[in-house]
Amino acid sequence: MKKTFPILGALTAILLGYALYEALVAAPTEQTMGDVQRIFYYHVPSAWTAFTLFLINFVASILYLVRRHPAADIVALVSAEVGVVFCTVVLVTGPIWARPVWGIWWAPGDIRLTSTLVLWLIYVSYLMLRRFSSSGQTPTLAAALAVLGALCVPFVYFSIWFFRTQHPQPVIGGGGSIDPRMLHVLLLNWLAFSCFAFLVCWSRYRLESLQREVDQAHAMESLMDLRGSAR
Amino acid sequence: MTAPTGITRATLLKDLRLEWRSKDAINSMLFFSLLVVVVFSFSFDPTAAESRQIAGGLVWVAFLFAAVVALNQTWAREIRNQVLDAYRVSPAPANSLFIAKALSNFIFVAVLEALMTPLFIMFYQLRSLGPAWQLLVVAVLGTWALVVNGTFFAAMSLRTRSREIMLPLLLFPISIPAILAMVQATTSILTGEGARVWMALLVSYDLVFTTGCLLLFETVLNAE
Repeated sequence: MKKTFPILGALTAILLGYALYEALVAAPTEQTMGDVQRIFYYHVPSAWTAFTLFLINFVASILYLVRRHPAADIVALVSAEVGVVFCTVVLVTGPIWARPVWGIWWAPGDIRLTSTLVLWLIYVSYLMLRRFSSSGQTPTLAAALAVLGALCVPFVYFSIWFFRTQHPQPVIGGGGSIDPRMLHVLLLNWLAFSCFAFLVCWSRYRLESLQREVDQAHAMESLMDLRGSAR
Repeated sequence: MTAPTGITRATLLKDLRLEWRSKDAINSMLFFSLLVVVVFSFSFDPTAAESRQIAGGLVWVAFLFAAVVALNQTWAREIRNQVLDAYRVSPAPANSLFIAKALSNFIFVAVLEALMTPLFIMFYQLRSLGPAWQLLVVAVLGTWALVVNGTFFAAMSLRTRSREIMLPLLLFPISIPAILAMVQATTSILTGEGARVWMALLVSYDLVFTTGCLLLFETVLNAE
């Protein structure tokens, strides 16, 4: 890790810088919304990255429940943490975009924003469970919660979609086709965000496994001490 | 399949009998529910026509709080005297315990709802424009959705610090689609529109989550 991480870090920084330039300067200006639309290049890739990370969390949780591999538990933790960060970005950029475009900060029936909010709530509750439960049972309990949370996602989409058909709401971003140059910038930003997310996850994974090793060493040490003093 | 059903029945009857003898939980929950209805009646003071639009939401939020209060204390009895540990080492299947707990919670919450509903009707002059029996179906489906997840998460939060606050933190996000469905179904029935899609959503939610909780409960119960 010591050699590859800095190289990948530098490459990702260059990629992010280039993507930033493309999004804010080089991409064509949208005809109805103007420059405000450029937030789209942060809003959408963050959402895709967050959903990918939550999917990884779901798979890792199932793997943990089936195989009880400790690495699966660390992957689940890491992907949930980074996923929540990206989800927060989506929820912050969403209203910032909505306000100048629609005139309101939030529309209760907007399917994308509302379902992202519910997803964010589910994963924050997941992180709270991990924080509040004692270390022996945390992986199992958290994995069970992740599975139930993932089962909930289709219901969230469908219920908000059906709610929206009864209470029509403005749709952000439109459903129509996208200019190919804009698509190119969008995908570039997604690639940059994914690389960044991968690096953060990797370093967090290292941190967490080292922390667990240290905790285990401490526990062994205190066990040895007890045995030594008992004799 | 008589053995698991017998265990379920025995556990359920034990819970109901204990509750009937002491009546401490049901009394506190009843008073809490009454307080919630009164506070809501002061906070939201609509006309009779408006009240049909918002009553669905009000009623279900009140039921949700009452359900959380009920759920929080049903597992507490099992922790004292290590009853839960005794259950874990016995050969009884974990699912029997789960179903029994869920059913006893359902009965408690249903009793609370049955007592809160006339108060709501009184305070808000509610009259349903749609068939009232459908409201009963929505009540049953919605309560089961809250109770089945609530029983599961209450069992989970037994192992955490801040046990009582963990239950709503875990329950509310996952229940959001069900709460939306319950509220919209109730409002649609009260205003005379059809609620078929929302009820179908509730049925499928109940099926999926009952199955999920049954499959995962043994893992959660034995997690160590």
